[in-house]
Amino acid sequence: MDLFQYEFMLRALAGALVIGLTAPALGIYLVQRRLSLIGDGIGHVALTGVGVGLLFNQSPVLTAVVVSILGAVGVELVRQRGRTSGDLALALLFYGGIAGGVVLVGLSDSTSANLTQFLFGSLTTTSRQDLIVIAVLGVAVLTAMLALRPALFAVCNDEEYARVSGLPVRTLNLLLAVTTAVTVTIAMRTVGVLLVSALMVVPVAAAQQVTRGFRTTMAAAMAIGLGAAAVGVTVSGELDTAPGATIVILAIAAFLAITVGAATWRMLRRRIPAEREHAGPPEVVLQEASAR
Amino acid sequence: MSVVDIRHAAVAYGGRVVLRDVSMRTESGQVTAILGANGSGKSTLVRTILGLVPLAGGEIDLFGTPQRRFREWARIGYVPQRLGAGSGVPATVGEVVASGRLARRGIFRPARAADKEAVRAALEDVALLDRINDPVATLSGGQQQRTLIARALAGRPDLLVLDEPTAGVDAVSQEAFAGVLSRFAARGGTILLVAHELGPIQPLIGTAVVVHDGRIAYEGAVPEPAGHHAEPGHDHVHPHAQPEQPAICVAPTDRMPPSNHPAATL
Repeated sequence: MDLFQYEFMLRALAGALVIGLTAPALGIYLVQRRLSLIGDGIGHVALTGVGVGLLFNQSPVLTAVVVSILGAVGVELVRQRGRTSGDLALALLFYGGIAGGVVLVGLSDSTSANLTQFLFGSLTTTSRQDLIVIAVLGVAVLTAMLALRPALFAVCNDEEYARVSGLPVRTLNLLLAVTTAVTVTIAMRTVGVLLVSALMVVPVAAAQQVTRGFRTTMAAAMAIGLGAAAVGVTVSGELDTAPGATIVILAIAAFLAITVGAATWRMLRRRIPAEREHAGPPEVVLQEASAR
Repeated sequence: MSVVDIRHAAVAYGGRVVLRDVSMRTESGQVTAILGANGSGKSTLVRTILGLVPLAGGEIDLFGTPQRRFREWARIGYVPQRLGAGSGVPATVGEVVASGRLARRGIFRPARAADKEAVRAALEDVALLDRINDPVATLSGGQQQRTLIARALAGRPDLLVLDEPTAGVDAVSQEAFAGVLSRFAARGGTILLVAHELGPIQPLIGTAVVVHDGRIAYEGAVPEPAGHHAEPGHDHVHPHAQPEQPAICVAPTDRMPPSNHPAATL
């Protein structure tokens, strides 16, 4: 049976592919500056935005974008002041965001099924309009992340050096905060706020097991994200599993496979030179023997 | 022409005064070492010059422009004490050094052939060109330090500001380092460096400034270490110009092991 003869499956696939490509392109900067969990924090805040939307009968995605941008910029300002630790700021975000979301959704007259949709994603109900929003915002985020790579790399790698270089560090940091919020909100449809961060972080974690440079890590992470999204939607269609969770499980499987593969490769490579040494000139063997 | 001109600078961290009434001037082509004990305020002084720490009072001019209005940051190459903590996302030596070109080329313009050439030339200068595609995390501490110098040099600056560049660096890298700095000075570059111990770079230093307790305690020729103070691991500075002041002891108590100790040479 051809799954993709249904339009809703095609829309689901297209939406997932955009997120699969965009989330790791942004996530690599977050991982680099040790803010791997910020996406999760913003995701929780986005839930409050969803609650606001449902309560006031506005588009939940729209209110989620606005509220999560406010949250992300707030966190960034706290971080710049350097007074509260990033750790505590994140904790406040997590709990405040989810509590606000649950309370607001409860106050509105929508069902708990509605809340679940945003917590775990609901890819197959992606409408044509949703898909346009996802595509436009996704491409915008992706373009910014790729075009500004040298500057964003410099800021995330060594913020003080970037400041002394005269780079607009504050603006670039705010750009990262805003794009994180936007990516979280558009990914909300695909994987849900609880799993958003996984798509930003896991492909990067998988890629960096085998890469040597930042640019190659970014490319590999995007490829892994895209692959997990494509295979995930197909598998979830065949097995009738939740698409978001399936995509994340596949990304983690890729991480495990690459980690084990890389470790095995390193072990093999270490063994080969050791064997070559035995075939080396006699004095090497003698030295080895005396050393033992 | 004055490159850095500090007049009555004062700096405070959360109410605690770190620098008070500091005045100093660095002329173009001058090589100045800022010496002092831990906590004397010497690192704060360079960080203030670079604008990383706000001034609480006084003025700083960079290349004749008040720091607040200074925009030609490409003229300054900053070498921090060490590479950032490192996050696990790999970056190659070439990618780190390429960051040094951003001040010159701006953030929107992609790298051109001239940028790539400058990166290679800077790496050649610090003798790390063969490691251009290696992840920085695989380099030794001294090689990482040289990478940071290459990053600063890649922007072709007029002023190099180095924060304890030789702290915890192996002997080979210290020598490489002295070579790089002397070539930079020979091209007419101005150098301002914070140091704990001078080691092989001592002959380059034209002026020494000793910071003690947030004030400049001595300014002049590099004081000669004498007696057991000249032994490895000690870099004691005696401000002969002001004999009534107590000697300022600059011992690497926070470095384990001392950089010129055999165990540190990798």
